[in-house]
Amino acid sequence: MISVQNLTHQLGQQTILNELSLSIPKGKVTALVGANGAGKSTLLSLIARLMKLQKGQILIDNMSVGDTPNDALAKKLSILPQSIHMEPRLTVRELVSFGRYPHAKGRMQPGDREKVAEAIKVLDLVDLADRQLDTLSGGQRQRAYVAMTYAQDTDYMLLDEPLNNMDIAASRALMRVLRDLCAHHGRTIVIVLHDINYASAYADNVVALAEGKIDQQGTPLDVVDSAFLQRIYGTAAKVHILDDRPFVQV
Amino acid sequence: MSRGATIGMALVVLLVVATLSLFVGVIDLDPKKLLNPDELELLIVSRLPRTLAVLITGSALAVCGTIMQLLVRNRFVEPMTAGTGQGAMLGILIAILYFPTTPLIVQISIAAATALISSIGLMLIVTRLPSSKPLYIALVGLIYGGIIGAGVTFVAYQADLLQYIEIWTTGEFSGVLQGRYETLWIAAIVALLAYLIADQFAIVGMGRTTAISLGLNYNQVVVLGLITISIVTALTVVTVGMIPFVGLVIPNIVSRLYGDNARRTLPITAFFGASLVLVCDIIGRLVRYPFEIPVGTIMGVVGALIFLWILYGRGRHAR
Repeated sequence: MISVQNLTHQLGQQTILNELSLSIPKGKVTALVGANGAGKSTLLSLIARLMKLQKGQILIDNMSVGDTPNDALAKKLSILPQSIHMEPRLTVRELVSFGRYPHAKGRMQPGDREKVAEAIKVLDLVDLADRQLDTLSGGQRQRAYVAMTYAQDTDYMLLDEPLNNMDIAASRALMRVLRDLCAHHGRTIVIVLHDINYASAYADNVVALAEGKIDQQGTPLDVVDSAFLQRIYGTAAKVHILDDRPFVQV
Repeated sequence: MSRGATIGMALVVLLVVATLSLFVGVIDLDPKKLLNPDELELLIVSRLPRTLAVLITGSALAVCGTIMQLLVRNRFVEPMTAGTGQGAMLGILIAILYFPTTPLIVQISIAAATALISSIGLMLIVTRLPSSKPLYIALVGLIYGGIIGAGVTFVAYQADLLQYIEIWTTGEFSGVLQGRYETLWIAAIVALLAYLIADQFAIVGMGRTTAISLGLNYNQVVVLGLITISIVTALTVVTVGMIPFVGLVIPNIVSRLYGDNARRTLPITAFFGASLVLVCDIIGRLVRYPFEIPVGTIMGVVGALIFLWILYGRGRHAR
């Protein structure tokens, strides 16, 4: 469980997060949603220790972010990087192997190599394993990075708006992979999503932020309705229920 | 070609060129008379030190170029043009002006310290630039180095030290003799130590988020990298002068041919760097024989040509 207590974060005079408390259950896909500037990326960055904690506490299975050594947390929690502009010239296998760094520290044992092979297989990259990253499509490259975080073998995986610049096929493929990692490999996924429909379709648990606080948390069915959209995004949209999942008519 | 075969071939080429280097010079050195006292002395006092100095400089500068490009996350920067070299010059100037009687090692330390401050300055500027505009970083690096270099020239002009400064701005190996280059071995050791954490530099090259996710102490790795670059650059500038381009061209060639997995590629980078500088030094010795053209000048011409080839060679990688 990720437990966030009384988190306050300020940027200059502006309060981004305000006394925010939250617990994120283990073994589920949790989507962080909210309007631009609601603080969801800041919250994720703080959990991921990419930003310095100002006030409050974050516990990941009783490991306190900020007090636990960085390399110990690296075996507990991984972060999928956003698409980067200078793509390293690595093969898929080399990239995935770097995912073993927290365990192997550069000295790969047979067990590490097995894990890398497993990651490549689970993410359906076997045919691409020896290709250079910069020869892959955006969706394939994204999958290679997910394979790297898979090989890192952490209980928790954090993703910050991974669907940016991805077409519908790549977006759906990624969300399915994440569901599969959660359902069959016991990973806990925390993902910041812009598109509320992806959150309703694929998340177990939706956390809505507004003005630096938690507005609502629950299953998509509990959270997403017309009143919610009006309140959080300030837009009047119809919500339909299909197969027990809410869908926003956009 | 496999990596093993490449390393083997690079080694052979390097050995041949290095042997050649021992026998190119104003005084004829006959391989058959090597054991005569005069010939042996020439070899040990001049030719061997010079060749070793070139090999160390070339390999260490190429390795540092790779490290800087990973830290800054841009393929078009190198220590000698992006402020580190100019920072070292500033340190030398300070040492000449204010501490002229201190021992060499203290003066080198001052140069390394100012080189480090100048490199940290570049890092601070670069992290504020949008990563979506890679050319900004390259241009800002050049301008930043240019400004510090201009400051050095101005102060040297005021202090009537321009000719003195010239010795360090144009790198050349003709002054290398036994007893006057040995500090360069520190550069070799520092570059070798950096290789021990090559993996960490490669990860930092994938960005801060990935580095932290993989449990690295990001700031610590960056500072270690900058210290490496600063020490090697300062030692090079103090001992033989500024040698541009090798840190830019070689990492780009190696990255294109063998990728960015630094642990695998840094040995190749070191070999290629040593070979390039050595070839340029030998050309410099031969072009206007018996006079010499500084290796920095030859490297400027050769480096520019290779760089143009990189830019226009294959569109897919040009960025």
